[in-house]
Amino acid sequence: MRWYYKLPLRLRSLFREDKAELDLSDELQFHLQNQIDEFVAQGMNPQQARRAARQSLGGIEQVKEECRDARQVNFIENFLRDVRYGLRMLRRSPGFTVLTILCLTLGIGANAAVFSWVEGILFRPYPLVSHQERLVALSGTAGDDRDETSWPDLLDLERSCTLCESLFISKITGATLGIGERAQVLTGSIVSANYFDVIGVHPILGRGFEPGEDAGRNAHPVVVISYHLWQTRFKGDPEIIGTTQRFNNVVHTIIGIAPEGFYGTFVGRGMEFWVPASMLEALDAGGDKLEDRGARWAEAYVRLKPGVTRNQAQQEISAIAARLEAEYPATNRGRGFKVWPLWQTPFNHAGELLPTFEIMVVVVMFVLLIVCANVGNLLLVRSFARRHEMTVRLAMGADRGRLLRQLLTEGLVLSACGAAGGMLMAYWCRHALVLLFPVRGGNVMYLPGQIDGRVLGLIAAICLVVTLAIGLVPAFQTRHLALAETLKTGTAAVVGAHGRALFRSSLVVLQVTLGFILLVGAALLMQSLRKIRTTSPGFSTTRVFDTWIPLAAAGYDAPRAKTFQDELIQRVRALPAVEAAAYARVVPLGYIPFSSTPIAVDGYEPQPNEQPSAEYNEVSPDYFATMGIPLISGREFTRADDENAPRAVIVNQSMIARYWRGQNPIGQRLQVKGGWVQVVGIVQDSKYYSLDETPRPFFYVPLRQYFDIEPQIHIRTTQPLQSIQTALIREVRALDPNLALYEMITLQEQVNRSTSPQLVAVTLVALFGGLALLLASIGLYGVMSYAVSQSTRELGLRMALGASTSNVLRLVLSRGLLLTTTGIIIGIALALLLTRLLGNLLYQVSPRDPLAFAAAFVVMTFASAAACFLPAWRATRTDPIQALRAE
Amino acid sequence: MAKPTDLVQGTLDLLILRTLALQPMHGWGIAGRIRQVSKEVLQVHQGALYPALHRLEQQGWIRAKWGESENNRRAKYYSLTPDGAKYLRQEQAQWKRLSSAIGLVLEMS
Repeated sequence: MRWYYKLPLRLRSLFREDKAELDLSDELQFHLQNQIDEFVAQGMNPQQARRAARQSLGGIEQVKEECRDARQVNFIENFLRDVRYGLRMLRRSPGFTVLTILCLTLGIGANAAVFSWVEGILFRPYPLVSHQERLVALSGTAGDDRDETSWPDLLDLERSCTLCESLFISKITGATLGIGERAQVLTGSIVSANYFDVIGVHPILGRGFEPGEDAGRNAHPVVVISYHLWQTRFKGDPEIIGTTQRFNNVVHTIIGIAPEGFYGTFVGRGMEFWVPASMLEALDAGGDKLEDRGARWAEAYVRLKPGVTRNQAQQEISAIAARLEAEYPATNRGRGFKVWPLWQTPFNHAGELLPTFEIMVVVVMFVLLIVCANVGNLLLVRSFARRHEMTVRLAMGADRGRLLRQLLTEGLVLSACGAAGGMLMAYWCRHALVLLFPVRGGNVMYLPGQIDGRVLGLIAAICLVVTLAIGLVPAFQTRHLALAETLKTGTAAVVGAHGRALFRSSLVVLQVTLGFILLVGAALLMQSLRKIRTTSPGFSTTRVFDTWIPLAAAGYDAPRAKTFQDELIQRVRALPAVEAAAYARVVPLGYIPFSSTPIAVDGYEPQPNEQPSAEYNEVSPDYFATMGIPLISGREFTRADDENAPRAVIVNQSMIARYWRGQNPIGQRLQVKGGWVQVVGIVQDSKYYSLDETPRPFFYVPLRQYFDIEPQIHIRTTQPLQSIQTALIREVRALDPNLALYEMITLQEQVNRSTSPQLVAVTLVALFGGLALLLASIGLYGVMSYAVSQSTRELGLRMALGASTSNVLRLVLSRGLLLTTTGIIIGIALALLLTRLLGNLLYQVSPRDPLAFAAAFVVMTFASAAACFLPAWRATRTDPIQALRAE
Repeated sequence: MAKPTDLVQGTLDLLILRTLALQPMHGWGIAGRIRQVSKEVLQVHQGALYPALHRLEQQGWIRAKWGESENNRRAKYYSLTPDGAKYLRQEQAQWKRLSSAIGLVLEMS
C-alpha cells in the first residue's frame, strides 16, 4: 500500500510545486538554524557560525536541486519547465520561430502527405475493406506476360487452394446510366457473389449478393449501388431497394446501397455500382464468357490465411495452375497465375503509380534533410546568441545533461509544432494528387491519401529524429563552452568559432548538394516528359477528334446500330472541312483494352511452349486515312468488307517481322478466333497502349465482320473542337433526338492523358526541387549574412585600407559561391549515382544526361548568387570608421 | 580527530530508517543521533542527508509531518511507515548477513 503515501506526494510535487518548494526551503532553514545555534554554543560569533553552517551543508541550492531530483517527478517537472521555457524563448524571437516552424512544416508536411498517399493508395487502398494486409492481387500469366484470368480457372483455383482464405473477382466495367444532354458513363465492378461477404462490407440498405447469383447467363440482373450514386442520382431515396434501373439498357433491380466511404476495390477509381458476374454479357459486350475457360477477362483478389506468405501462396497456386494446364491443354497451355502485393497490382493504377511514389519517398526525405540542415543552421545562429546564457547556467551549477535536455526539449517544441503543421498540410493535401490527373469523361480519378495510425506513427518518428537532429546541433556547440573565457569576452570571437563556421558551412554545402540532386532529377524528368510528348505515336493527333455515342443504353440492337452508324458516318463525311471519318472499337492509348486472340499463321511453327496471340482493333473503312497511319502496301478496308465478304485482316510491320520473317504476307492466311482470314494490307507500326512501349505485333479487322455496337468515332477535320462537336451533335440529333454524345477530345488530348503518370512525377519532383532550391537559398543567405555581420571589422579594415566597393562585393560573393560550388561538385558526384533510381520514369533520356545537369547547375548557381548578393551588398555599406570603433 | 568514516553507499538509508524506528525525528535530529550513537565515527554528510530523506519519503518508507521542535521551531518530522518498518527488517537482516560474511573473510588466516 505504499502508493497510499507516494501518490499524494507525487501529485503535490507536480501541482503544488510552490508549496513543495517552500517546505523544502523551510526544512533546510530549520537545519541551518540549529547548526548555527550549535556553532554559537561552541563559541563562534553569529556571522562565523552562519558561514560555517552553510559550508557544512555544502551549498543550499545544490542540496535543494538534489532533493528535487530525489522526488522522481523532477523529470516530468523539468520537462514541463523546459517546455514552458522553450515556448517563452520562442515567443521572444517570433521571426526565428515562424521561419523555423514554417521550414519544419514544409519538410514534415511533405513527408506526411507522401506517406499518406502511399498508405491510402498503395498499402491500404480500399477503405472499409477488412484485413487488407492479407489481401493480394491475382492475375493470369501467359508465358512471361501478364494476362487476365478465366472464370472456370478461378473457380477451380478457389476450390483447390488451401492457403487462401477466400478469393473474389472484381473486374472494372462501365455502364451508361440514363440519357440526357450528355450520357453519363458510370464506373462499376463485375464481382463474384461472395464479394461483399469476403471484404466485410455490408450494404447499409438492402442486401449484398447471395451465393449463386454469379452463375447462369444473364440470370440475376441485380445491382448494388454506391452511397454516392444513391445520394446524387437517386437523392437518397430510402424506398429505392427493389426498384429497377437500366444499366446498359438491361433492367437491373437495385438490391443494396453500399456504405458511405466504400469505393470498391480499384486503385484510382471510385466504383459506383456492383453487379454479379452472371451479368457479364450485359455490361461487357463480348458474349457469355462464364463457361469458357479460354475467355480471359477476370481480375481477382485473394485473401491469404493468417500467417501465409505470398511465396507460399504462389507456390501452391502455381501447382494448381500446372494441374489445370495438364487437364485442359487446349486452353491452358503455357498459362499460369501470379499473385502480386496490393501495391503492385497490375490491373489498376497502383502499378503505374508505384515508380512515382518510390521516387517521391526519396525526394521528400531529401527535402526533410535540407529542412533539418536549414533549421539546424538557424538554431546555431541562435545558440551563438545564447552562448552567454548557457555559460551562466553552467557556472551556476546546472549539469550538462540538464542543459542538453533543455535544448532537446526546445527542439521538440519546434518539431512538434512543425509536425502539427505538417499533419494539417497532409490532411489538406490528402486528395490533392487527383488534381494532377486529367478528368476523363467527367470521371475524376479517386486517389485518396489516408492518415491512419501507421502514418501518424511515422510522422511521430520523423518528429523525434528531427528533434534529435536540430536539438543536438546547438548542444554540440555547448560542448566546447569554456566557462571563464566566454563569461569574460561577451561578444567577441570565442573558442570554437572556427569550428562553428566550418560546421555551418558544411550544413549549407549539404543543402546545396541535396537541392542540386533534386534539380537534376526534376530536369531529367522534364526532359523525359518533353521527349515523350514529342514522340510520334504513329498516328496524327492534332486534327483528329474522338468521341462515341452510347447506343446500347438507348436501346439499340445490332441491326439498328449498323444502320445508324452507316447513316451517321455518311452525314459526317459530308460536313464541310471534314477530311475523313471512321469507327474503331478502341481508341489507342486509352484504358479500354484491345481485343486479343490466339492466332495461328500459315508457315509459322510456334515453339513447344508458345501459344501465339496478338491484339487487334475492329475498324471501319477509312480508318487509316482518318488516323493518318500510313498504309505500306495492299489496301484499306472498304464497305465491301462486310458480313457477307470473306474475312480480311490488315497487319502491322512488327507482325510481319515476327510471324512472316519479313516476307510479304499479302494473300497469306491468319487464324483469328478460330477462323481463317486473309491478309489484305500492311500498315506502319504505331503506339497502342503507351508511348514508351516497344513495337508489338498488332492487326486490324473490319468492324462489320467483328461488330461492336458502340465504337469510337474518329473525325479528321480542320475545324476547332467546338464547332465539330456542335456539328456532330446536330447530325446525331437529326437521326435520333434521344441520343447524346460522350466527351469529345482530340487525339492529342488522349496522348497527353496517357502520359499523366509522367506528368505527375515531373510536377511533384519539380515542386519539391523548387522547394529545396528555396530552402537552400535561404540557408546560404543566412550563412552569408551572418558571416558578413561577424566580419564587419575585417571588412571595415579592408575598406579603410582602400578596398573598393567592387572588391568587397567580389570578396563576399566569392566566399558564398565557394560553398555553392563545393555543394554542386558533391551534388554532381552523388547525382550521377542516384539518378539511376528514376529508371522507368525516364523515357529516352540517359540518367546522366548532360543537358539536365547543366540546367540544374545554372539554376543552382543563379539562385545562390542571388542569395549571396544581398549580404554582399550590405557588406559594401559597411562604414569603416564605425566598424573599427565598435571593437 | 580521526577522519570520520565515509558512509558506504546505501547504508545512509539504513541508518536513517533505523534511527526513525525509535521515534519520529527531524533531519537535524537524525544527523545528530547517528553521530552520537556511532560514537562520532559515522559522520553523515549533511548535504547528502536531505536528498536521502526525500528519496525515502518518495519511496513510501517514511512519511513527513510538520511539528514543533524542542526549541519551538517549525520542523519537519519524519516517521517510519509500516512498509518502511518491514523494509528496515529485511535490510537489517541483509546487512547482518553481509557484515558477518565480510567478517568471516577478514578473520580468515
